[in-house]
Amino acid sequence: MNWVNIVLQGILLGGLYALFAVGLALVFGVMRMVNLAHGDLGILAAFIALALVQSAHLPLLWASLLTIALMFGIGYVLQRGLLNFTLGSDDTRPIVVTFGLSIIIQNGLLLGFSADSRGLDAGAIENASIHISNQLAIGWYPLLVFIAAVAVIAALQLFLNRTKLGRAFRATSDDREAAELMGIDNRHIYALAMAVALVTVSIGGIALAIRTTFDPSTGPFNLIFAFEAVIMGGMGSVWGTLLGGIVLGVAQVLGAQVFGAGWGILCGHAVFLLVLALRPSGFFARTVTT
Amino acid sequence: MSVLELRDVNVFYGDFQALFSLSLTIEEGQTFAVIGANGAGKSTMLKTVAGVLRPRSGHVLFEGETVDHVSAHDRVSMGISLVPEGRRVFPSLTVEENLLIGAYRGREGDWDLESVYELFPLLKPLSKRQSASLSGGEQQALAIGRALMSNPRLVLLDEVSLGLAPVVIKRIYEAMEELPGRGTTILVVEQDVQHVLTVADHVACFLEGRISLQGTPGELSPDDITAAYFGI
Repeated sequence: MNWVNIVLQGILLGGLYALFAVGLALVFGVMRMVNLAHGDLGILAAFIALALVQSAHLPLLWASLLTIALMFGIGYVLQRGLLNFTLGSDDTRPIVVTFGLSIIIQNGLLLGFSADSRGLDAGAIENASIHISNQLAIGWYPLLVFIAAVAVIAALQLFLNRTKLGRAFRATSDDREAAELMGIDNRHIYALAMAVALVTVSIGGIALAIRTTFDPSTGPFNLIFAFEAVIMGGMGSVWGTLLGGIVLGVAQVLGAQVFGAGWGILCGHAVFLLVLALRPSGFFARTVTT
Repeated sequence: MSVLELRDVNVFYGDFQALFSLSLTIEEGQTFAVIGANGAGKSTMLKTVAGVLRPRSGHVLFEGETVDHVSAHDRVSMGISLVPEGRRVFPSLTVEENLLIGAYRGREGDWDLESVYELFPLLKPLSKRQSASLSGGEQQALAIGRALMSNPRLVLLDEVSLGLAPVVIKRIYEAMEELPGRGTTILVVEQDVQHVLTVADHVACFLEGRISLQGTPGELSPDDITAAYFGI
């Protein structure tokens, strides 16, 4: 296996991590809230899609679209009905509540689906690849996931920069109380931000479920990767999550190649710590101080 | 009909009472000035009108109807807009984006980007600049322009001259004189008595959460104002 190929696999894997990370960055950016259930919500989406495929016999594409729409609604209701009440003076409250939510989701999934490993079957696309040379081949599926990640991030950035609602997101992020005085209901903005975040993590959860196997305890792993991608990218930067995801993906794949299969994830963590030590605010810190 | 009426309003911060049975009436097209020392309850009164603070007892009436149960963001739709103390522009947004946020609720009226740039020509060349990079005076003009973008019936101005150069304060007060002609009523709060008396139709002096003196600027002698201001 040549090095170009390895780095390419790492970059494509980074797209998947970015799909998990971008919603986390959005929620943190808009409402300064750390959502510890983010990874589990992505896995919840994968299980919902699985249930729709297996029980309702929907094609995977339709099941995925339905799941994503459902997760949008779940995000809105979850934020408006529960998480908004944890926001305020005490930063630890949302952390404790989302930690509890994470446990509830994991155990709910255990009850409903057991601890067995599952997978979503996307058919022939999973094994198809583009042959570039004898040494180099790119899998269609990882490439599609990467393209999806870029599309999601570009769409989100466009939404934030160009639309009236996106402007309201940024204004609320800058100064919640001043935004309220301009007529922006922050409870609604926060609920929409969570809804959008769950759409992105649902795409990530379903993409992960097709790529590999998953079970109810898969969420926290992906939460850690997502955190690392967000922090390396720079808190609040949407494009930064893609770069953070890519750095993490390349570090993991390279580490596994150099030191052996078990060492990849550890190498990812080590590179994360290195970035944290050298550039504590990440690659694209976007925080504006006044 | 009065634009704004406060009836026996009592406002508390926890156990601390900031406003004591406060009543006042503002007529349409008036420029109503509230003066007083630090801690007299001026900003508290504005925040109560804007809906950020809720009175423990008493009522706030806007155009004859009680707005006690209307949230701050919905009061913007009714036509109440506050220019907060310290300007509070959105630092990561451009000047133009800040103004557009002011128009978020989409109230109909005269004010739009063009007319705000006309009122504050200094903002026009800065429209694409991030507002964090603006000077204090530019930020104050932006904060007032942003509030006007909501086409308010009543605009609340909190300490607009604080920390600004005299020449900038003069420009902002000149701009303020143009508002009543466009059907906007002004409630302005200031510690700086000198400037505000030049634009006000009616002055109320606050002292420790109560009105210690009120009348038209012509009726009040400087000695009366000094006495009411400091409570001597």
